[in-house]
Amino acid sequence: MYKNITDLQDMGRKMDWPYPVNYGAENYSETDILILGGGLAGTAAAIEAAGRGATVALVDKGPISYSGSGGSGVDHWHEACGAPFCTVTPEQATQYFLNTPYWGGKFTMAHQRYISAVESYDALLELEKMGLPIRDEAGEFEGAAFRDPETKLTVAYDYEQAGVIRLKGGAKMKPLMKKECDRLGVHFFEHVSATSLLTRDGKTGPGATVIGATGVNLRTGEFYIWKAKAVLVATGIPQGLWVNSTEVNGGGSKHWDVNCVGEGQVIMARAGAQMTLMESNNTGIAGGPFRWPAYSVGDWSNTWYPCPIVDANGKKIPYIKNGKEVTEWSEFFDKTWPSPMKSTGANDRGGMAQLPSNLPELIKQGVYELPFYADMTQMDPQERRALWGLMIGNEGRTNYPVYKLYSRYGFDPEKDLLQLPIFTPDQALTKPSWMGTNVPQWRDSHRTSNCAVTDWHLKTTLDGLYAAGLMVANNYASGAHATGRYAARNMIQYINSLSEDHPLDRLQIETEKKRVYASVRHTDGIGWKEFKNGCCRVMQDHCTEYKTDKLLRQGIQWFESIRESEMPMLRARNPHELGKVLECYAQLECSEMTLYASLARKAGTKVFDFKRTDYPEFDPPEYDVFITVSCDENGNYITDKIPLDYYLQAPWESDFKSNYEKYASLDVRRKL
Amino acid sequence: MDYQKAYLVSNPVGPGSALFFDEELCIGCNICVNSCRSDVMMPNPEAGRPPIVVYPDECWFCGCCANACPREAVRMEHPMPMRATWKRKETGEFFRIGCINHPEPVTKPPVVD
Repeated sequence: MYKNITDLQDMGRKMDWPYPVNYGAENYSETDILILGGGLAGTAAAIEAAGRGATVALVDKGPISYSGSGGSGVDHWHEACGAPFCTVTPEQATQYFLNTPYWGGKFTMAHQRYISAVESYDALLELEKMGLPIRDEAGEFEGAAFRDPETKLTVAYDYEQAGVIRLKGGAKMKPLMKKECDRLGVHFFEHVSATSLLTRDGKTGPGATVIGATGVNLRTGEFYIWKAKAVLVATGIPQGLWVNSTEVNGGGSKHWDVNCVGEGQVIMARAGAQMTLMESNNTGIAGGPFRWPAYSVGDWSNTWYPCPIVDANGKKIPYIKNGKEVTEWSEFFDKTWPSPMKSTGANDRGGMAQLPSNLPELIKQGVYELPFYADMTQMDPQERRALWGLMIGNEGRTNYPVYKLYSRYGFDPEKDLLQLPIFTPDQALTKPSWMGTNVPQWRDSHRTSNCAVTDWHLKTTLDGLYAAGLMVANNYASGAHATGRYAARNMIQYINSLSEDHPLDRLQIETEKKRVYASVRHTDGIGWKEFKNGCCRVMQDHCTEYKTDKLLRQGIQWFESIRESEMPMLRARNPHELGKVLECYAQLECSEMTLYASLARKAGTKVFDFKRTDYPEFDPPEYDVFITVSCDENGNYITDKIPLDYYLQAPWESDFKSNYEKYASLDVRRKL
Repeated sequence: MDYQKAYLVSNPVGPGSALFFDEELCIGCNICVNSCRSDVMMPNPEAGRPPIVVYPDECWFCGCCANACPREAVRMEHPMPMRATWKRKETGEFFRIGCINHPEPVTKPPVVD
């Protein structure tokens, strides 16, 4: 057998692994509720469930105090329809998402948006009780148009509709939630990755009942067996199926928590749960080359909305609405459009005034000269302080990485112009500037995609299995909290109704252990980076902007080949690499699910940049459906279609409010 | 000449060093190690010393480790191709994150710190 010794670590001195390694050693835990994924959604669910008397186990690949996409900070609190100053109703908020392609449009999981719009503000008040400073008590923003004098809360975007709260203290959120979990006696499993769901009698596929899960410790290699009456999966959405560019920007090339790689989608589908919107991806949120750290450069979109943009010569680039320049902030919005938020990406500012749509031409003609700058010095001092001190000061990956780091290097928003990235003229305005540019092959999951099919309990298509956060296609911190706590209450309702207890299936556990530890049984072979990039290449070639049955089937064939050829060669030299190898397995399976879902959609759809050259028609009525992917009882992928408004069809009520009132389970407690 | 001795070693890992430690301030408590979602750092086998940055290529650049350090001994730096630039309006001078001739640090904290 030929061996290619390319890794000098293998030939030279090796350092001992700093943690005690015990591959395969079993840890057993039994609780009412098991939560996989300890980001905002999972941790909010843990707090809600434990507060209502359930025993809870909470699992994350990182430490609960900081894990998840909101683990390092949160700046906006969306869909705050419950706030006394907000004029947008939950119905209007829900309709906004259904009307806006950027957020998923007709493919919106609108039931969870409604739940979030109703509960978002309550969830924020809960956080305040935990100690989160949310109000401008000191009066730093007193008199500002964006400060509500009654509640002392500050809002963003449209100050009249006021559906988005500019959050104080968002960078403190996760440590406080961890403390609350401590107080309520939640059992933590940190630095542990979930690898599979356990099912009644070991039977998977449609009709299976979930009764637990397995996992691996990423420091010790030990094995975990969790038995639970109900399981919540809140592990985010897959990233890196098309691009795995660790050499340029490290894990920073990922928008969501770097640990979100699709394991949740895979373990749910393998158990038999229907996943949907797996074919929804674009060049939007991550992927692209020439990107910058999140919110770290001058910008005109999102958080940066009130900031004037000037060119290299200090010439102001106007914001335009209805063909006219807008200078007064109160004139920036389209008042005819009730919306829980006004910030969308690129130059589509969701009803807001925009930079000139012909900016690429104006740059080429020399009307405006590159580079451009965000000129915070021109801003109203309170707006400037809100943008830099409140938003950048508290958002994930900006509290330290931008606010504190830039301050240390002397950047002063009162004196300095922060440069926008220098793109070619045609690349101007394609998306928020820090996200880089678009290459059709460098794709990533659409921000509301790759989710579980859930009902008004936020239960998946399997008994005992629930979902929240990004896993139900809610891409906001507020929605993560709202769906997490709502799911937790419904899980307690379900548990209270159970009469039987089902033992775990030992064969199912043994089979999983064999799969999990295959890569630590040999030292030669290939590493996780090469494997991930190899899988990315298959997706870049076969599942890009323009799709055909032939290309998609070819992609599936190459993944089958990789399964047989390279996958058994994956090696893990320590528990950390074992975690990465498990990510490789998940990436491959998630990519396969994406290909199967794409195959089943035999028409283009504009909402998520999905084009078919063999079925060129866009959005015909028969494809106004959710395509689902799951595994049958033998582990083979199956696809199906369900109506876009399934959550308003029987057995559910035909309107959002009635369903919410019927299923919100606001008074539930764990029966002992 | 004080040239370094040559060794046979692997290439440096991209994208950069990610994290820097002040050896005077660091007491090797490993709070930073345990605040990292990706296990970028591993505890130093020598007790009391700063952790080893084993996996900088997995750093999400979230800064949780630097914020968690009770002694301000940890610094996070964006990789070199990711360092933003700016212009001082009054003087027209150009600066970049990481440059040695940067203006005086700004000491104003965020709204909540």
